[in-house]
Amino acid sequence: MKAFLMFVRKESYHIFRDPRTLLILFGMPVALVTLFGFALTNEIKNADVAVLDFDHGVHARQVQNRLFSSGYFGLRDYARNYPDVAAAFRRGHVKLAVVFPAGFSSDFDHLGHAQVQLVADASDQNTAISLVNYATAIIRSYEQEVAPHRSGSPGPRVEAVARLYFNPGLKAAYTFVPGTMALILLLVSAMLTSITIAREKETGTMEVLLVSPMRQLPIIIGKILPYFLLSFVNGLIILALGVWVLHIPERGSLALLILETLLYILVALTLGVLISTRAASQQTAMLTSMLGLLLPTLILSGFLFPIESMPLPLQTVSRLIPARYFIVILKGIMIKGLGLRELWRETAVLFGMAGGLLLLALGSLKNRLA
Amino acid sequence: MKTAAIGPVIRCEKLTKRFGAFTAVDAISFAVAPGEIFGFLGANGAGKTTAMRMLCGLLGPTEGAASVAGFDVFTQAERIKQHIGYMSQKFSLYEDLTVRENIRFYGGIYGLKTAAIREKTDALLQRLGLEAERNTLVGSLPLGWKQKLAFSVALFHDPAVVFLDEPTGGVDPITRRQFWDLIYEAAARGVTVFITTHYMDEAEYCDRVSIMVDGKIEALDKPAGLKQQFGVSTMDEVFLHLARGAKNVE
Repeated sequence: MKAFLMFVRKESYHIFRDPRTLLILFGMPVALVTLFGFALTNEIKNADVAVLDFDHGVHARQVQNRLFSSGYFGLRDYARNYPDVAAAFRRGHVKLAVVFPAGFSSDFDHLGHAQVQLVADASDQNTAISLVNYATAIIRSYEQEVAPHRSGSPGPRVEAVARLYFNPGLKAAYTFVPGTMALILLLVSAMLTSITIAREKETGTMEVLLVSPMRQLPIIIGKILPYFLLSFVNGLIILALGVWVLHIPERGSLALLILETLLYILVALTLGVLISTRAASQQTAMLTSMLGLLLPTLILSGFLFPIESMPLPLQTVSRLIPARYFIVILKGIMIKGLGLRELWRETAVLFGMAGGLLLLALGSLKNRLA
Repeated sequence: MKTAAIGPVIRCEKLTKRFGAFTAVDAISFAVAPGEIFGFLGANGAGKTTAMRMLCGLLGPTEGAASVAGFDVFTQAERIKQHIGYMSQKFSLYEDLTVRENIRFYGGIYGLKTAAIREKTDALLQRLGLEAERNTLVGSLPLGWKQKLAFSVALFHDPAVVFLDEPTGGVDPITRRQFWDLIYEAAARGVTVFITTHYMDEAEYCDRVSIMVDGKIEALDKPAGLKQQFGVSTMDEVFLHLARGAKNVE
């Protein structure tokens, strides 16, 4: 026990004397979560719009009022002709142009159908599609409201109202933050542990440890423990950022959330140990944990792409990705307010992974280092 | 000092290690007495490292018999570890820990009591003349000091045997000479020194030398005896004479 404590102490010296470790541990997550939370959103907010109004009628004005009071669009330019619009697009001033042809209002009143043209900057196709969809929806709702009887058969007007559960504002942060948290905790924890063991192999101190009476298990646990505590603090910081800065709700049990986070960190750390027992140098360890974990986690965890729409072989592979389960757990607890009753399957899988990886790492350490 | 076993401290009888069809160590037999400085020579790939790993309890032998400090390498590998010290060419110290922290760490993993560690640390630093450097990071010490410190740390828990794996690789001749003074001191206190080296002048410093070729011990005697046996005047010539016949050279 004394030997073990001595080991943990030594490991803590390594961590606190290496500013790079602390930077990776605390700087990277905060930077990435903020980045993902704020910058990488696909929601539309105050998109710049140019208006080209040949109509000058009442309906054209009303539609514009609707568009600009929605919060999704902001009036940037009042164009006088098409070349103006083209110039605004080229300069990148606007993302969308709304063109009301001459006679728009009278067509609307008398013919019962009028056309409005939406021109979007498709160099960013996702945004373009969203902008067009949003604007179309706003225009349609105006049309329904003002001229219900002209748009189709008379009688009771049937309107389809979409209601969105959990995320009525379609806030992107709800998707990004749990994903980012799962990604960051995995990367940071796995990377740091994998480097620390590879470093001992590189400097030759691992040989000395193995020749000493210390057994493999205390060596592994002694390596993991300080990082476990630090990663936990890290997890709390990310959670706090998510809740207070990015306004993700916390509807479920906080205790459960913390326990699940600890479990996930444990999986990540043992994964790091496993990588390091096989990597000969710190660089190999770092690259393996960066590339080997980053891409599969980004692509196959359900973070960026829905698992249901993947081809079957990839769906099967995604079952091996720990982040997949943690994202379900995070979203379940935080956004949906679920408890262990609904999330026990994911929890059990993470438990199994932690145990399996620990056994693998132990076996690997014995074979590879000796 | 520990004189655990009466008779030889290291004893090998037909010790063998096979990796699949390849025989890395082929039935080697020898005995090393307490306080002896035993040179373990051989070209790269001759099987030295494998043999040493078996004696350190890191690798299970395939057949034969061997004991270190009175413990069997087959069945008591973990107990052997308590009674041996080890130092490699890489100096085996943590560069981002201070001199004192390194000593305390190694004392700790060998299960020494805190008070004993403190006492022995003071004595050790005094002997090495490193008292002023006790709170200096090991990384900033000169190479020669690191090496001496690493050797002293390997002896900190009073092992019966110390295994030195090319401990003087990449070190200048003067520092090497000083390092050998430490080895002689340790041997005089009764510690058995088991050393591998590629420097033939160092082979001359050993009490006895064995030379491994292709997993077998081809020669084992005092340096003077070996030179006489092969009718040459330096250990260099003895080594070359034997190693040229090797099949497994890296």
